[in-house]
Amino acid sequence: MWNLSFCIGSSAAGARTYTATASQGLLYMMEAVYNASGLGLPIVMTLGNRAIGAPINIWNDHSDAMSVRDAGWIQLFVESNQQAVDVHNQAFKLAEALSLPVMVNMDGFILTHAITRVDLPEQELVDQFLPSFVPRQKLDTHSPLSIGAMVGPDAFTEVRYLAHHKQKEALTIIEQQAEEFAQMFGRDSGGLVKSYFTEDADIVFVAMGSVVGTLQDLINDLRSEGYSVGILSLRSFRPFPANAICNVLKNVKQVIVFEKSFAVGMGGILASEIHMATQRYADIQDMKISSVIGGLGGRTITKKSLRKIVEHAKNGQLDSEVFMDLEGSTVVRELKRQQHEQTSGPVAENILRDMGVVSASKTH
Amino acid sequence: MFQIRIHGRGGQGVVSASELLSVAAFEEGKYSQSFPSFGSERMGAPVQAFARISDKNITIREPVMNPDMLIIQDPTLFQAVNVFDGAKTDGYLLINSSKTVEQLGIDEISSQYPKNHVMILPATELAVKYIKQPKPNTVLLGAFAALSHMVKIPALENAIRGKFAKKIADPNIAATTAGYNFVMNYLQQKTQKQGA
Amino acid sequence: MTETEMSAQLISQQQTVKFYQTGTFTVGNRLLDKEFRTVQATQERSNSIDSGHRACQGCGQALGARYALDTAMRVTGDKIIAANATGCLEVFTTPYPETAWSIPWLHSLFGNVASVAAGISASLKAKGDNETRVIAQGGDGGTTDIGFACLSGLFDRNDDVLYICYDNGGYMNTGVQRSSATPGGARTSTTMPVGEHPGSSFNTGKYLPGIAMAHEIPYVATASVHDLHDLERKVEKAMSFRGARYLQINVPCPLGWGSEPSQTIKLARMGVESGLVPLFEAEYGELTNSTKIRYQIPVEDYLKSQRRFAHVLKPANVEQLETIRTLAEKNIRRYHLL
Repeated sequence: MWNLSFCIGSSAAGARTYTATASQGLLYMMEAVYNASGLGLPIVMTLGNRAIGAPINIWNDHSDAMSVRDAGWIQLFVESNQQAVDVHNQAFKLAEALSLPVMVNMDGFILTHAITRVDLPEQELVDQFLPSFVPRQKLDTHSPLSIGAMVGPDAFTEVRYLAHHKQKEALTIIEQQAEEFAQMFGRDSGGLVKSYFTEDADIVFVAMGSVVGTLQDLINDLRSEGYSVGILSLRSFRPFPANAICNVLKNVKQVIVFEKSFAVGMGGILASEIHMATQRYADIQDMKISSVIGGLGGRTITKKSLRKIVEHAKNGQLDSEVFMDLEGSTVVRELKRQQHEQTSGPVAENILRDMGVVSASKTH
Repeated sequence: MFQIRIHGRGGQGVVSASELLSVAAFEEGKYSQSFPSFGSERMGAPVQAFARISDKNITIREPVMNPDMLIIQDPTLFQAVNVFDGAKTDGYLLINSSKTVEQLGIDEISSQYPKNHVMILPATELAVKYIKQPKPNTVLLGAFAALSHMVKIPALENAIRGKFAKKIADPNIAATTAGYNFVMNYLQQKTQKQGA
Repeated sequence: MTETEMSAQLISQQQTVKFYQTGTFTVGNRLLDKEFRTVQATQERSNSIDSGHRACQGCGQALGARYALDTAMRVTGDKIIAANATGCLEVFTTPYPETAWSIPWLHSLFGNVASVAAGISASLKAKGDNETRVIAQGGDGGTTDIGFACLSGLFDRNDDVLYICYDNGGYMNTGVQRSSATPGGARTSTTMPVGEHPGSSFNTGKYLPGIAMAHEIPYVATASVHDLHDLERKVEKAMSFRGARYLQINVPCPLGWGSEPSQTIKLARMGVESGLVPLFEAEYGELTNSTKIRYQIPVEDYLKSQRRFAHVLKPANVEQLETIRTLAEKNIRRYHLL
């Protein structure tokens, strides 16, 4: 809570401001997340994506990022540590151009704790790409300004609409800046989306974050075996690049949306947004979309399991909703128990109780 | 691509070892990657770390499932974890122990490896001698270099100097060199024996 | 001779005009030399909060905030930035698109004002501005309950911020709910005078000036809107320190207290004179000065003009009255108020 609040004060007083958080820390500062975007403060925040409890879990998935998908921040995802370097440079430029906070999502542990080779851009080039921060309005004793007034029903709709409009503007600016970055630094770190072998692909994965790296490795293998598979990687999740997505997917027969979080009681979040986008797009007909949920709470995502998904898809056996590597026996046992004994209790602990483990000292 | 999996216990420098390996490979102009088996483990709990070394950019992010090199920093893990899971038997096996494969009860598995691909060395003893601490990681890095030729000692030395202050780096470099020499001597003796 | 009398005498020795009513409050500011008058006594006062805001009649917080910030403006040469917690002060000063503030001012959330102010302070430091000072302000709810963690963090890090809490003993903005600064026995909409223990429970709540002192920050003080000289002197003193400082100003609330708007200043004075509102200063965790009670009054005199305490004065609740009396005595002992 204090972390992002500190940034709100700092940014409002005119300093270029950065912070980082993850998981429960993000939820603890939830109020301030909405507040920072509502105030239009160009804060850049790294989110080291992690799961949200209970049960408490410190490992990687995208539940934290998805919990703030409607908070008004620009949300970018990176696939690799190199992209993390490049995209953070662009994030400040984007934030300051739009006067909106930008969240750079990088997978917790998988990227945040990896040691790997990256090219660090030259300071001079960075300064050229990203000039000094000069806010239009700030807290300044030379021209006193009140920020954060209470806005009533007469103007609230307009303020919210303009926030939406700004995000839509970002769709153009993100592409422009990515191009500018590529020209200046000689490295393409992707604009709104990044595609890999999608031109002629029958099956295309849609995914965000570090799993794209593993998928690339898999697709290199599969291509040499004659599979027609590609990847569409979303670098921008908010704003949602519906047109850019549909342009890539328009001729694809089968789309597999792989995501590391889901809306309990609804299903894949990214999958349903892809559904929505493709349905609005006139050129797309008869596209099969499957939602694959995996990597929850740090569950290892193996090439082996992803390969199985592709094989199922190729044989037309892939369900519309799949939980990859779900441990069936545990789930079935718990569901069976619930059929004849509907009692309350925390899920994780209910499973333990069935296994005869209640506490260190007692078993029932 | 050469893939390494290191098993040990919290506090033995398992994560540092994988990090030093990837930095050393980078020093030699290769692509490399390392990461731990992210846990909230405390001192003494079983931990794993992974490293990959390649001439090409590495995109894969899954943990090392089929290691070309398996490094066991603590032989008591044989009872606790299936350390051999997925290990390539045409790869290498590097174990910290002063016992033999028979005493360790892994003679069946180790016999599947090619000649001179299994190496047992008393890394903890060497560590105590050189760094005055039972941290076998840097000794094993030297042994790794001798066994696999994937990195050279000067690169490991640079990696160690980059991570630690001189006071800690110096004895650790000595330990690395000791590990390297131990393996080289062993292999030489074996070749001589076979020659004779 | 009390300290007030002593300081009045000291002032009078430097006066060309003689006091004709020394020892009373009616002498006012106008008879003092200009440099000894309060900021509020001058026509040129800076009016940090301008007229036209939407506070209730007799609002103690509107007065307290203006008194404190005008003083801070004078001390710093108008170089202050204020951050504000959600609450009455925020709502009545900034009904969009209007604002009553003549200083740079930021409202973020209910519970984070201490951190926002710390961020502003850090921003100024990063930009090499050593002149501009930062003030955080909130009501007792935003301070003692919702913003407590952020405030403790501010004290812990000793960020260069003066935090002012306008204490009216409850969430008056949202309909007079109890806060952890609501005095024992007081009626609020969540502690109604019903049942065996009418009003807010005794032995609950927290006293933030004491908690601030426990953090051993450079300066902690309590003040009251009825004593301008004392209040302004404390703001001035607070601004002479760098680091985290805490000032709690007692501000009567006619709505929440059930008192006459015209009685705000008088009630504030009676709170102090009854011993229920101790005025003191502390530096680095140690008590350094207490403002002595001039004419001690019985607590019931203070309670009887507030409807929130009406039930306490009924014969059936004599125990409650006795408890309140004990609290006043404890304050008098603890802070050497006599």
